[in-house]
Amino acid sequence: MSLMLYLHIPFCVRKCAYCDFVSYAGCEAAMPRYVDALIAEMDRRPSQERVSSVFFGGGTPSLLSAGDLSRLLRAIRERYDLTEHCEISSEANPGTVTPQWLDAAAEGGVNRLSVGVQTVQLELLKKIGRIHDFAQAEQTFEMARAAGIQNLSADLMYALPGQTVEMWEQSLREVMELNPWHLSCYALTVAEGTPFGNLDEQGKLPRPSEEEELAMQESTVQILKAHGLCRYEVSNYAKPGCACRHNVGYWTRRDYIGLGCAAHSLEGNLRRANVAGLEEYMKGAPFISEERLTRQDAEFEELMLGLRMVEGVTLSPGAWKRFREGIERFCTQGLMCESERRVWLTPRGMDVMNAILEELMPE
Amino acid sequence: MKREDMIRNFCIIAHIDHGKSTLADRLIEKTGVMSLREMSDQVLDTMDLERERGITIKAQAVRMPYKAKDGNTYILNLIDTPGHVDFSYEVSRALAACDGAILVVDASQGIEAQTLANVYLALEHDLEIIPVINKIDLPSAQPEFVKKEIEDVIGLDTSEAPMVSAKTGLNVEDVLEAVVKVIPPPHGNENAPLRALIFDSVYDNYKGALSFVRIMDGSVKVGDRIRMMSSGVEFDVTEVGYFRPGQLMPVNELLTGEVGYIGASIKEVADTRVGDTITNANDPAAEMLPGYKQVQPMVFCGIYPADGSDYENLHDALEKLKLNDASLSFEPETSVALGFGFRAGFLGLLHMEVIQERLEREFDLDLITTAPSVVYHVVKHDGTELYIDNPTNLPDPADIEYMEEPMVSAQIFSPSEYVGTIMELCQQKRGVYIDMKYIEAGRVQIHYEMPLNEIIYDFFDALKSRTRGYASFDYELNGYARSELVKLDILLNGEICDALSIIVHKDRAYARGRAIAEKLKDVIPRQLFEIPIQAAVGGKIIARETVKAMRKDVLAKCYGGDISRKKKLLEKQKEGKKRMRTLGSVELPSEAFIAVLKAD
Repeated sequence: MSLMLYLHIPFCVRKCAYCDFVSYAGCEAAMPRYVDALIAEMDRRPSQERVSSVFFGGGTPSLLSAGDLSRLLRAIRERYDLTEHCEISSEANPGTVTPQWLDAAAEGGVNRLSVGVQTVQLELLKKIGRIHDFAQAEQTFEMARAAGIQNLSADLMYALPGQTVEMWEQSLREVMELNPWHLSCYALTVAEGTPFGNLDEQGKLPRPSEEEELAMQESTVQILKAHGLCRYEVSNYAKPGCACRHNVGYWTRRDYIGLGCAAHSLEGNLRRANVAGLEEYMKGAPFISEERLTRQDAEFEELMLGLRMVEGVTLSPGAWKRFREGIERFCTQGLMCESERRVWLTPRGMDVMNAILEELMPE
Repeated sequence: MKREDMIRNFCIIAHIDHGKSTLADRLIEKTGVMSLREMSDQVLDTMDLERERGITIKAQAVRMPYKAKDGNTYILNLIDTPGHVDFSYEVSRALAACDGAILVVDASQGIEAQTLANVYLALEHDLEIIPVINKIDLPSAQPEFVKKEIEDVIGLDTSEAPMVSAKTGLNVEDVLEAVVKVIPPPHGNENAPLRALIFDSVYDNYKGALSFVRIMDGSVKVGDRIRMMSSGVEFDVTEVGYFRPGQLMPVNELLTGEVGYIGASIKEVADTRVGDTITNANDPAAEMLPGYKQVQPMVFCGIYPADGSDYENLHDALEKLKLNDASLSFEPETSVALGFGFRAGFLGLLHMEVIQERLEREFDLDLITTAPSVVYHVVKHDGTELYIDNPTNLPDPADIEYMEEPMVSAQIFSPSEYVGTIMELCQQKRGVYIDMKYIEAGRVQIHYEMPLNEIIYDFFDALKSRTRGYASFDYELNGYARSELVKLDILLNGEICDALSIIVHKDRAYARGRAIAEKLKDVIPRQLFEIPIQAAVGGKIIARETVKAMRKDVLAKCYGGDISRKKKLLEKQKEGKKRMRTLGSVELPSEAFIAVLKAD
């Protein structure tokens, strides 16, 4: 069975107000050394493992120099046996992406780009700490296509402070004009320790009401459907055949190797995570955590991840047996459906998935 | 001079913070019983809790030798008394062990509620009272004014009253001299059979329960066989002695007029009852000393472990506390909602709070306590009479002929500008105005008759906040009165939650029911379905609120690096839920119960 590769590029020009990913601002000088470390990490693994998808996430992968990106892509091709239709995605920030970078990407085999658009209104972009405007996002799409990358996706955020339903719908429409094949629409999550988190604690982060958030969610499904993009996961929408295979792999529990700071891996029943510190990682620090999954763990994960997808998941016989009672209860409550061991959430169920998972979770 | 003539048994009475403990410390220091170095602030308050709250809970006694100006060495026995009205029976027994009392009055505050309460108690015991004006070092002190107040209100002669500053030690010898001159020596009969008054007790892990006694008649020594006159139970004396601060000093014998302790390997303090008389089993006294009574708890609440598996730990903790607190009573109880727990009885609200705090702090227990309740008297149509302290035991209203609730006589002292707001508060609490006196320019004493039910929870706090802390109050149980009382039930998802039921006056039922429903709406976490909250009296719904169903609770992103964290989060949430109680298929955090208590 082939596996997936994830590479974490933890460098940013500036941290956004909501970001709780592992990334470092102002450390670009370390990038070449970091790429060396990534390659060294690859070298510590068996060679020629079969890989069917690669994903560059961050941070800002588009901050890498064209040279470093080429080097990295070449190293991957040398060490892994990529399948013929291997999906190679990268995230890009409209404020830093250059034609050179896009060329290096396309030449190196990147065939999918996920652009961090977030929202179209300038004041809102500033408020959340972004370093670009919408025009730059438009340019990014043009440049990417010019470089030969057609499979384009944009990331958008709703339920932002000060955002109305109209503003959100405007974002959706303007982004759709760029004709992306895929969109990720995330409700804002306020995380402790981030600038937004701190403001929230002080009561200084007024957010749209629950009603408005639900309305935004509903608009998204409707508007995108009208444009030919169908919801296939809690936050992800795509034209037919354009779902992100890498991410679907997460939700279907395929094995994946994470390379770089704070990257996670799943191999069989072993979940592992790398250290988060830049220097520590580059010095070759080992895993910072390891979790051996029991059968119960794995079965719960089937549910926890599989239910994120609109089509749900066909549970293994073990998982079905374990969760059947709870599932049937939720079915009578109109939150879930099941048919021959395939279970999925109704739209309402998807909205309250956390509460459902918590109840289904074994003691 | 006879031995007994050299003894002085006395106590110090005062309002809170007027300087009782500081003065006690100074006396101990002056008589050299402890060096300054050995004293940490306020020696006699040994429990941390006492220190924190600035009150004395456990009475203790100290023997101080004092070489007076007349050249003789006297034995001064200072008996410390509990400083709170909840413990008035203990106070009265401690007073009965004394022959005199030092009345400490703060020169900048004057006479306040407890000053008077304790003075009257002391006068009832025929004690010689020495007024002492304290804190004369304060710029706001008005000693002459206060002396006149004492003369006018209490009728004591203050012409020789020592004027001191316990803090600085100024004139403290005057107090000692006054004790020697004014307070009479004990006059017991050395040759009569032993009669020792128990005024307190303490449990020692090695020696068992120790009785703190004043020898009224006769004497006691190691090896004697003693008998508790209230119960007839007998013990063999293993140790007798007197007290130094924080120390027991064993001796061979305790003689008439002395104050000390008796150890007899007594298993529980319940066997050594405050107010009881100890006599010699082989040569018993004919009559008990007067004043003994069984202490009745006045306030009750249900105590449940937040985590059901802690039940045994809670039980053990209560047993341990009871070792040293004979007035704490408890018995097992169950609630549909809260599981297995106890109904505990206390002398008053302070007593209850102290016990709750000790359970949580000393025994590390997470508790749910239900509303404090008093004892109601219920008379049914068929003539049966019941005393109910748990709302769930109230019989069907249709069977009840009438109900009575305990009443108190409350004295409130305050600057006169707060009279209006105080009267409003008392009225709200169903108080009946009796009278008001001006005790000096600008200060009043207001007398209200009020239901005990209305003052046991937050009356004191409300009084303090309405008067910016200047008012004080004292209360005394004053019989039962007929009242229109009803049981207020709370229903969640249509089911009555017995743990939330309370008994209220019919006129207050609506307001209370509405307040509780609103409070619960805020405190109950949203769940997958809407939760109707209803307050009901006799099956009729009088207030209604709804906790809306949760509509959005989903993780926006869950990619490879988020999975482990997400699982941990779910686990934590699940753990948190375990600590909630499920009432009527609704999950309630323990804060919900407390919120209900405070809703008004």
